[in-house]
Amino acid sequence: MADLAAPMSAPRAASATWRSVANGLRLRYFGTPLNAAITLVCLYVLYKILPPILGWAMFDAHWTGTAAQCREARSGACWAFIDEKFWFAVFGLYPYELRWRPATMLSLFTVMVGLSLFRRLWSKNLIYAWLAASALMFMLMDGTFFGIEIFGTQVPTRLWGGLTVTVFIAVFGLATGYPLAILLALGRRSHMPVVKWFCVAVIECVRGVPLVTIIFMAAIMLPLFLPSGMTIDRLFRIQFAYTIFSAAYLAEVVRGGLQGLGRGQYEAAESLGLNYAQKMRLIVLPQALKMTIPAQVNTFIGLFKDTTLVVIVGIFDFFTTLRAALGDPNWMGFPNEAYVFAALTYFILCFGMSKYSQRLERDLSPETRR
Amino acid sequence: MQQATSSTSSLPAWWYDRTARALALQATLLFVVVAAAIFFFSNVQTNMAARGLTLGFGFLDRSAGIPIGEYLIPYTPSNSYARALLVGLLNTLRVAIIGCLLVTLLGVFLGILRLSENPLLSGLVGAYIEIVRNTPVVLQLVFWLVVFQQLPSVREALNPLPGVYLSQRGLKIPVLEWNDAAVFALAGLALAIAAIVWTTRRARAHQMQTGEYRRVWPICVGYLVMLPLAAAQLTGDRLILSVPELQGFNFAGGAELSPEFAALLTGLVIYTAAFVAEIVRSGIQSVGKGQWEASRALGLSNGRIMRLVILPQALRVIVPPLTSQYLNLTKNSSLAIVIGYQDLFSVSNTSINQTGQAIEVIFIMMTVYLVLSLLTAAGMNIYNARVALKER
Repeated sequence: MADLAAPMSAPRAASATWRSVANGLRLRYFGTPLNAAITLVCLYVLYKILPPILGWAMFDAHWTGTAAQCREARSGACWAFIDEKFWFAVFGLYPYELRWRPATMLSLFTVMVGLSLFRRLWSKNLIYAWLAASALMFMLMDGTFFGIEIFGTQVPTRLWGGLTVTVFIAVFGLATGYPLAILLALGRRSHMPVVKWFCVAVIECVRGVPLVTIIFMAAIMLPLFLPSGMTIDRLFRIQFAYTIFSAAYLAEVVRGGLQGLGRGQYEAAESLGLNYAQKMRLIVLPQALKMTIPAQVNTFIGLFKDTTLVVIVGIFDFFTTLRAALGDPNWMGFPNEAYVFAALTYFILCFGMSKYSQRLERDLSPETRR
Repeated sequence: MQQATSSTSSLPAWWYDRTARALALQATLLFVVVAAAIFFFSNVQTNMAARGLTLGFGFLDRSAGIPIGEYLIPYTPSNSYARALLVGLLNTLRVAIIGCLLVTLLGVFLGILRLSENPLLSGLVGAYIEIVRNTPVVLQLVFWLVVFQQLPSVREALNPLPGVYLSQRGLKIPVLEWNDAAVFALAGLALAIAAIVWTTRRARAHQMQTGEYRRVWPICVGYLVMLPLAAAQLTGDRLILSVPELQGFNFAGGAELSPEFAALLTGLVIYTAAFVAEIVRSGIQSVGKGQWEASRALGLSNGRIMRLVILPQALRVIVPPLTSQYLNLTKNSSLAIVIGYQDLFSVSNTSINQTGQAIEVIFIMMTVYLVLSLLTAAGMNIYNARVALKER
């Protein structure tokens, strides 16, 4: 407990001479007996954990070759498995000769994300660009648009898989969920009781139950609700569930922003004679949404990770496709490699987003900047 | 702005009355919701009839035939669907309650360690938090199941603590044998807790009146040890600790946690604890440095500063997000289906596949999860009202 006393106040060396650096290190790591003990325990834990992990993942690992060679060696990770199954994990069962389409779709997505990272480019045009890109992404995956062949033959959704499905679900869930979230948040703060209670009921019911039950409902119950003969593609039903889910969670974030806005802003907008739509569009929402950007990014991260839940209705997203690759009789017995690789991919994407959101949080609130 | 209003002057006059407009809008919404409900309901009846099913809860009395490996109340596959669902619910509650307790302990511990001034320690905990928070929970659950399945066989079970065995079959731990003495000991424990509450209150009141501090913890420990033991002595039975022992091909005695349960619990606790640790850290950091300095000037020890000054103030920041983490853990327990632990969701899934009564089962399941969420939230709100800042 002693080391809790003064967080972030480790003595700083006045000039970086060897002596002062050494002294600073001594104080930070061995300042008190307790601190020294903590350092030693940590070093021991690292000694116990790091060498075996590094040995398995790097030094003893096999990067290329066949499964037989991996099994023969018996030590270290078999990254050759990932090497072999990488493109399967990205594209799933999508027809081999048409793979340029999901590849273009992923590149488009990457470019759009890259552009969105620059705050200088944040404008209405970026939103329109995202809408256009989403439509294009759908057309690339499907190949057709309302029956008109644009990029060649149609590929049914049951052949979609891998990373493309993960990206597809996340992008369209957020693109459709975001406007819905704003409507729900506004509705929840409305003075009209019917509108207010409708929105409260939707938000609380969706947030109160596990996501898997909503996915499940969309997969199993939605067909029962539709007129007989009318069917909706399974992936789109899941997409629908994911939209509702992300809308309910984002709505609460947006509501926080709406509540955080001073009364004066609402009153000033009203005194200008703006009607409700103008007031919200021009004054309230721009501020409320900007205020909650870090919270929104955090919600995005959560929702992105939750795309893995589609496994329960047998949709082949990135993780499930990798698991399916484990079933290849030629490459049996490398579950650890598959899971570590999947974890690493999700980690890089989510950690990147979370670091970005932390930087935004700092940049967007100059008044609290240290 | 004048132009905007004048261009819409073709609308009927009532549109410019706020109340009338609001009424019209709400009436439309209500109409749409009711109409959609009627539309969907009629579709459901047609579709169910086409499959030879009728809406209703009558199927709950039928024999389920669902084999369930773990149960807290007596269960056989010949029991009814209602009982199968109840067994599933109890399995969910088992994971949720034990999970929330463990998450609180681990999360608070890690949150405090994260603030350590030793960069090595805070860095290690930070790495754990970042890795766990940024990977999907489904992946972690599957990972833990693989870990538990790769454990040695029963014959070569790991024995980390005396009486505790880890093997492919799961975790075996010693438990008290359930006889009269155990029941009385449990009653004694309840009595001891009541006595401790009473003693601390007395000591607090005494301190308020006279300023004199009374040391209560030795008395409390005494209650905790003596009362259950004394109560157990009142019966003819003795307290018997059932320790697992290897007999033939399996263990006899003790209590068993299946690999699925152990994997689910471990995965959920490890995952959620990372979030709790961050909540605790930000809560502690929200208390100003001046509070530390002032308490130290009063001559308090670091442990007591934490307990008496910092934590009570940090709790105000901690409790609301902690509530949502408890809710998340409970909801995430439904992912048990991915690793084959039979909780409410898993049993419901099987019931739907067998009976086709999707609407009813999903209705029951969602209602139960909603009620669980509301109960947890309500309980935590009561607690929050107690720790919240009281402005007078």
